[in-house]
Amino acid sequence: MSKRLVVDWIKCDAHGICAELFPERVRLDDWGYPIVDGRAVPSALMAHARRAVTACPTLALHLERADDA
Amino acid sequence: MSQRRPRGAAAPRVPGPEGLPRLLAAPCATHAEHLTRYGALPALRGRSERAGLIAEVEASGLRGRGGGAFPTGRKLRAVADGGRSPVVVANGAEGEPASHKDSMLMRRSPHLVIDGAIVAARAVGAETIHFVVDRADTPARDVLARAMASRAAEMARPEAWRLVELPSRYVAGEESALVNFVNGNEARPVTVPPRPYERGVRGRPTLVQNVETLADIALIARYGATWFGTVGTNDEPGSVLTTVLGAVGRPGVYEFASGSSFETVLGAAGGSLATTGAVLVGGYFGSWLTPADASALALAHGVLRRGGATLGCGVVVALPPESCGVAETTRIARYLSSESAGQCGPCVHGLDAVAGALEALAAGHAAVGTLADLDRWLGDVAGRGACHLPDAAVGFVRSARRVFAADFDHHERHGACVHAQRPPVLPLPDPATRDWSFR
Repeated sequence: MSKRLVVDWIKCDAHGICAELFPERVRLDDWGYPIVDGRAVPSALMAHARRAVTACPTLALHLERADDA
Repeated sequence: MSQRRPRGAAAPRVPGPEGLPRLLAAPCATHAEHLTRYGALPALRGRSERAGLIAEVEASGLRGRGGGAFPTGRKLRAVADGGRSPVVVANGAEGEPASHKDSMLMRRSPHLVIDGAIVAARAVGAETIHFVVDRADTPARDVLARAMASRAAEMARPEAWRLVELPSRYVAGEESALVNFVNGNEARPVTVPPRPYERGVRGRPTLVQNVETLADIALIARYGATWFGTVGTNDEPGSVLTTVLGAVGRPGVYEFASGSSFETVLGAAGGSLATTGAVLVGGYFGSWLTPADASALALAHGVLRRGGATLGCGVVVALPPESCGVAETTRIARYLSSESAGQCGPCVHGLDAVAGALEALAAGHAAVGTLADLDRWLGDVAGRGACHLPDAAVGFVRSARRVFAADFDHHERHGACVHAQRPPVLPLPDPATRDWSFR
């Protein structure tokens, strides 16, 4: 089952760790908030995605089922 | 289509009104007068009558009139199937400074709104109704409160319905913010899912429905889906309450058949596309259209959607040809930025940057590259918030970039145009009495 990254914007505090750990799918805007690529994460990159999710200090990054996959 | 008869009700059965107006008929001073005009409200006794009402609303094709245009029947069914004693929230708080239609409807036909809430509550099996009004809208609150008091006997318990006065904030009327406030918290949006229809007031499945939608439900319950479709288009039956403002002789709230042309809409208010520089449709959640765009579209959700616009809450503003679209857009963008609930970074910082770039452009002291920055920020901010405020602001400004493209270029290259100092057309809250609280 494929998954994609989503951000809980109320929780996100612009620590930017997600972009450091997973630049393949996350870049930062001018204020340090993540701009995530909403497409399904390929299985080859899944370990990186999981690491970014786990490392988020505010638990704002999630993997959810990708409906469009 | 099922035929329902009021049982045991004193009021006679009367035929549905022909043509328009149907929602904004002359006011009825009392509930008795209201019953004489519209007939009794079906009692919806038993499971099959309740299911029949939901089927009738589904068959009617009614869509939510608060801005989301979600199919009403489907929402009713989702809440009815959610179990756990649902709750109904009647949303009459507009939040949108350019919109007055819900306030007008509640003052003019409070009993239709109440009828709709009662019928919707019976249909989904709810025992509690919250009527929400903007706390600055004391006229609507007073009329609704009196109407509710006169019908207290219709509720099983007096505490089964209550009037909630919502802070006058732009995002407070958003479903999740509204439910959060009813639950005793601040009127700020929360992260969804779960959406209110899944888990809302006190954790129960909650039907949040705009008051105009409820008034339509009240009419469908009495006269049926076929009658409902005698006005409007096949795709989108019914009438649309519309606030018409700007370069028109008689600004105000009008009731139009869904699918009416914008020439009809402006004409009814004493204006015309020929004397209009641009048209704002859908309020500050909406988009600017050129008069040519507008003449090819119509007052209906689907048509506007296909044209890259939205019906929103039914606001139509005619911008006079001599007004500056850049200056008008800038004022609204700053307002929307200042109405951010302050919870989501891209909204807080992105909308502020967008408004700042627009202010520099409107005032004529924008550095070279400001338009490029503006366009990049618009691309970055879209879709990145708990609620749709950032998306709405971006859609609004992007439509301005298209419709007023030449004016933007002029402002960046040569400074402010001669029209930028004209009196503002789009309404904003009075700074002296503005509500800054979410509590």
